[in-house]
Amino acid sequence: MNKNTLTALIAILLLTLVSLYLILPIEHPAMVTNLLFWRPAGSRSLDFRQGLDLRGGLQVLMAADMPADQELPSGAMKTASQIVENRVNALGLTEPIVQVRGQRKLNVELPGINDPGAAIDTIRETALLEFVEPPAGAAQQLTTGATVSTTFGLEESAELTATAEGLFKTVMTGAALKDVAPGMDQQTGQWLVNFKLTADQTDFFGEYTRSHIGQLLCIVLDKQILSCPQIQGAIPNGQGSISGKFSSADAQSLALQLRYGSLPIPLKIESYETIGPSLGADSVEKSLRAGIIGLSVVFLFMLIYYRLNGLAADLALALYVLLNLLLYKLIPVTMTLPGIAGFLLSTGMAVDANILVFERMKEELRRGRSLHRAIEAGFARAWTSVRDSNLATLLTCAVLWFFGDAFAASLVKGFAITLAIGTLVNVFTAIFVTRTFVRVAFHLFGEKALEKPWLLGI
Amino acid sequence: MLNFVENRRIYFIITGLLILLSATVLVVSTVMYGSPLRISIDFTGGSLFVLQFEEPITEEAIREVFAAQGHTGAIIQQLGDSKDNLWQARTRAAVATEVENVFDEFVSRGETVDRERSSVDIVAPTVGAEVASNAAVAVLAASLVILVFIWFSFRGVPHSIRYGIASIIAMLVNVIVAIGFYALMGILQGWEANALFLTALLTVIGFSVQDIIVVFDRVRENISRHHGETFALIVNRSVMETVHRSLATQLNAMFIMIAILLFGGATIKPFIAVMLVGMLSETFTSLFVAAPILVVWDERSSHRQHAHG
Repeated sequence: MNKNTLTALIAILLLTLVSLYLILPIEHPAMVTNLLFWRPAGSRSLDFRQGLDLRGGLQVLMAADMPADQELPSGAMKTASQIVENRVNALGLTEPIVQVRGQRKLNVELPGINDPGAAIDTIRETALLEFVEPPAGAAQQLTTGATVSTTFGLEESAELTATAEGLFKTVMTGAALKDVAPGMDQQTGQWLVNFKLTADQTDFFGEYTRSHIGQLLCIVLDKQILSCPQIQGAIPNGQGSISGKFSSADAQSLALQLRYGSLPIPLKIESYETIGPSLGADSVEKSLRAGIIGLSVVFLFMLIYYRLNGLAADLALALYVLLNLLLYKLIPVTMTLPGIAGFLLSTGMAVDANILVFERMKEELRRGRSLHRAIEAGFARAWTSVRDSNLATLLTCAVLWFFGDAFAASLVKGFAITLAIGTLVNVFTAIFVTRTFVRVAFHLFGEKALEKPWLLGI
Repeated sequence: MLNFVENRRIYFIITGLLILLSATVLVVSTVMYGSPLRISIDFTGGSLFVLQFEEPITEEAIREVFAAQGHTGAIIQQLGDSKDNLWQARTRAAVATEVENVFDEFVSRGETVDRERSSVDIVAPTVGAEVASNAAVAVLAASLVILVFIWFSFRGVPHSIRYGIASIIAMLVNVIVAIGFYALMGILQGWEANALFLTALLTVIGFSVQDIIVVFDRVRENISRHHGETFALIVNRSVMETVHRSLATQLNAMFIMIAILLFGGATIKPFIAVMLVGMLSETFTSLFVAAPILVVWDERSSHRQHAHG
């Protein structure tokens, strides 16, 4: 056997064993999860993430944290809902539900949450960033972490008496930020978050800093003081940074929260409950069983129609299924019923590349080529079709992904990811893996033994 | 040899009829329901019932109550532990009298619903209307990208942009047929366009181009292999040579979809059915629409050249 073919065969067998081991629904030793998810070590389990429709999840009810008689700015709840959804999506949860409920509540449903505490912390981090002017004589309480009251969201009249009552006057909120990125202070080596203001706010902030030189300006996140720098001079270019004894992780998560928007109104968690699957367990089980029936027919069809080649394709198809499931676990991809149906369908389509190759082989044999040359020509000639058609699908995925990302359509994004994984794995298994199997069979049994029409389905 | 290209009139007429039929269904649906497709609560929002019972109740029992009050297709989920007897139901927007009717229905069936601890809120859509329109923009953008990709990929053959445009036309026909089918089922069976439907359409688009490129790739190869043959003959040969593969692939996808349609859960049947229709349309358009468009275009332009020359 050709040395390359042998190496390929061994690699394929190893890959199969490793994926099989990782997919099996058994307790994997801590060493395995530590190795796979090393940042931080063992941060995730090797379980399939199941969507709200399959397993249910956690329902969190959030409400505007403002006096009941105070009117909310128009559109505020809608904006808040979009921001919460962005943030949930950014955390890798696909197809969560975030919807405005009634006048001042948000209904958030998160799939596959094992640890409600951590999930709630995540969305509770509401990141209402404020730049505030401390009241006179408050210098002693301006320590990092101190909780303060601000004028944000209060009536205009309250603002006038703000400083008198020890309230902090809100100058600007996080809504004024345009670009946000974590960075490092070159002199102290401390992590900070750099920002740039929107055009309107740049002028306003330039004017404000010019007229308040020498005064303190506190940066407050969710009513907690991060830092209270002194205004050294006018800041006309709208650029600045937020420091606050951050670790690199703090700086990154704060930047993420600010980038995906600051909430226009503060939200509080009203209640949370586990929530059952939105599709009955019965429906899921039936559909899975049906899919497996369909898949068995595909395996049989390939075997009967393409015989020996079909066997090679079936083995490659089995590996296709394994690799997809493995990637769903590793990335992780949230499994939903439509996702599973789409995956089953893609499995049916995955034999397409094989069919292209095998039909090509048959054509070459009919033209009187030797078996060996027909096999190689089959793979070589079919390659341009396989390459171009799959590239087109990948391009479609890329476009859908970018749109899904830009418009927070996690549904579209999740679909694009699943289809892209399927397409890439398919090209690998249908071409590389099948070819290796066919070559190995050719080597083991020899050209003469294989040149029988019944064995090749011609 | 079967002559696909010769019969192209028939295929174009069939395609035209399919589009016309889809358009008619969409118009009928708009007249009947005010929108081309019946829109699900994913997109429109609706009412969210949180129901506190004193005694255990089954999902089926709750579903029956809502169905009896005209709210078919409610999404019903249990909240908290099973001993909490707390349930949530999403339905189409219910006005105050409808809400009272639902609670009365529970009482008349002897279910111990605690009216005080239950609540009904109006909820916003989970999939905003903007997601649907953004998806449409995404599809158009994907079409453009594919057009450019095919144009580039087929740059070795004359008039490579035609291949790109023919692909996009065929793809859009598939989308229209799939939407028309769903609208028809909306009228006949009350199918509602939800997030799943959007996913099914995206799947049809994702796989659409694959079929077309396989046929075009063969045209590309045969152009260099069979010099001197007319373009119509080359295209016909290419369709003949790839029809086997198209049918075999189609068959495999159909095995899976028909199995799920026959034995799968009721909730995803519309989703699978619309993909099945999309796939059938794909096979048809890749062989009998995209390829003949190339021939017609070629003949038109060479006629024009002859006329001038």
